[in-house]
Amino acid sequence: MTVDQRYRWVYKPVVFVACLVPLVLLVSRGFGLFGQSLGPDPIKFTLHWIGKTALNILMLTLLVTPVRHLAGWPHVVRIRRMLGLFAFSYALLHFTIYIVLDQELDFTGLLKDIAKRPYITVGFAALVILIPLAITSTNKMMRRLGRRWQTLHRWVYAAAILGVVHYYWQVKRDVREPLIYAGILAILLGYRLVRRLRKAKPITSTSGSATAPERT
Amino acid sequence: MTRSPSTKVLPSDITPPEVFFSRRQAIAAALAAGAVGFAHAEEPQPAAAKLKYSRNAQYSVNEAPNSFEDITGYNNFYEFGTDKSDPKANAQEFRTKPWSVTVEGEAEVKGTFTLEDILKPHALEERIYRFRCVEAWSMVVPWLGFPLADLVKRFKPTSKARYVQFTTLNDPKQMPGQRYQILNWPYVEGLRMDEAMHPLAMMVVGVYGQALPNQNGAPLRLIVPWKYGFKSGKSIVKISFTERQPRTAWNVATPNEYGFYANVNPAVDHPRWSQKKERRIGGGFLAKRIDTLPFNGYADEVASLYKGMDLTKFF
Repeated sequence: MTVDQRYRWVYKPVVFVACLVPLVLLVSRGFGLFGQSLGPDPIKFTLHWIGKTALNILMLTLLVTPVRHLAGWPHVVRIRRMLGLFAFSYALLHFTIYIVLDQELDFTGLLKDIAKRPYITVGFAALVILIPLAITSTNKMMRRLGRRWQTLHRWVYAAAILGVVHYYWQVKRDVREPLIYAGILAILLGYRLVRRLRKAKPITSTSGSATAPERT
Repeated sequence: MTRSPSTKVLPSDITPPEVFFSRRQAIAAALAAGAVGFAHAEEPQPAAAKLKYSRNAQYSVNEAPNSFEDITGYNNFYEFGTDKSDPKANAQEFRTKPWSVTVEGEAEVKGTFTLEDILKPHALEERIYRFRCVEAWSMVVPWLGFPLADLVKRFKPTSKARYVQFTTLNDPKQMPGQRYQILNWPYVEGLRMDEAMHPLAMMVVGVYGQALPNQNGAPLRLIVPWKYGFKSGKSIVKISFTERQPRTAWNVATPNEYGFYANVNPAVDHPRWSQKKERRIGGGFLAKRIDTLPFNGYADEVASLYKGMDLTKFF
């Protein structure tokens, strides 16, 4: 099989199915399969489960570039769009569950929440940022936007940061898990920063000391 | 309490747990016969000690209580972990025998008492109370216990005693959640003396007619139904009468979010979420949020305790 064929018939379908696994597990819990359930507060459970899945897949999306560089897999970038679109879909589903099941379509309450509650404000902002990225994810839009496409899609970093802040701020007290996400995100973004700095200023014996603090 | 007797749910209307579970087992068995995938039957409950009690209809609300399963499977008891399902999973080996309670501070009767000594003179009664968590969910629970005031009186607090403080056991070996400084252990809660003497404040030793499961704060806990759930300390080992306001666990952790009073109040939002409504646990996906009531519906009884106080300041 050629690389094209492998991606088309093996890797992409596998990633597609893998991205659906969290949803399938949730539904199976909903039906009480395998002795699992959604617990006494299924709305909250579902909301958190889907939200966390969105964040997880967004992290995986950001992992594609480092893997591509470090593992030397130039073609792995081909699964990035699918991951990004899954992250967006789960984020949108998370938001939908919030307004339909949690807020019961109380739109005035919703607007107040977005304006007044910082964790909702940042979560909503992250979702809004992802919308143009999803819309411009087609090949056609990539061609049309040219160089600007990449500039636009760097906004995914902001969405990821806001997503992690959203998680951190909604936790009552035990912030260990949000901090793990923050740490992973710091590594993913730090990798890009370091690479950029190294590219911009090739390390020589004199300029090496200038970039060193950034790399630690 | 003034509630119309015609709409009142009598305690006798509550499904006793043994009937409840046998019914669920029958349903589960029927499902298992039809579909292999649904063959998950309820795990048999360990036979808990049945307690003798009378029913206090006067102090019971006319709302349907939550199931035993929800009450004992969805808990905030950070000593056993921060997930709602952690306490049930991690508290099963918790030893509540022997148990003793130390009484100290501004009281004439002080010392360390066995749990048996603490409980001996008190007749148990069942009260069906609303339970409102600060996280905006709620339950209705048939607690078993006795008035806190009756216990307090036995220690003869002095005129200097303005507050009473309740301390939860500190034992990281048994309580895995205490291995992390999520809160400043041991968990401390407290009430003003007049709050403690209010007939609604209750020392609890059981639920649904049987001894309190470990995850619900066995063997002895507090229930203050007009306050958010975190005010009701669990697995209490110390009662202190103090002149100064106790430094309570959540208030120390995040003073701008959790006050000393923590009265249920729809008019005062938590800084990060609204307190206007609550979701009653047990309604599944169709659970509608209901309006949160001032003092959790106990305003007629307790609002006078806070007359003249700015409740947005003393939240």
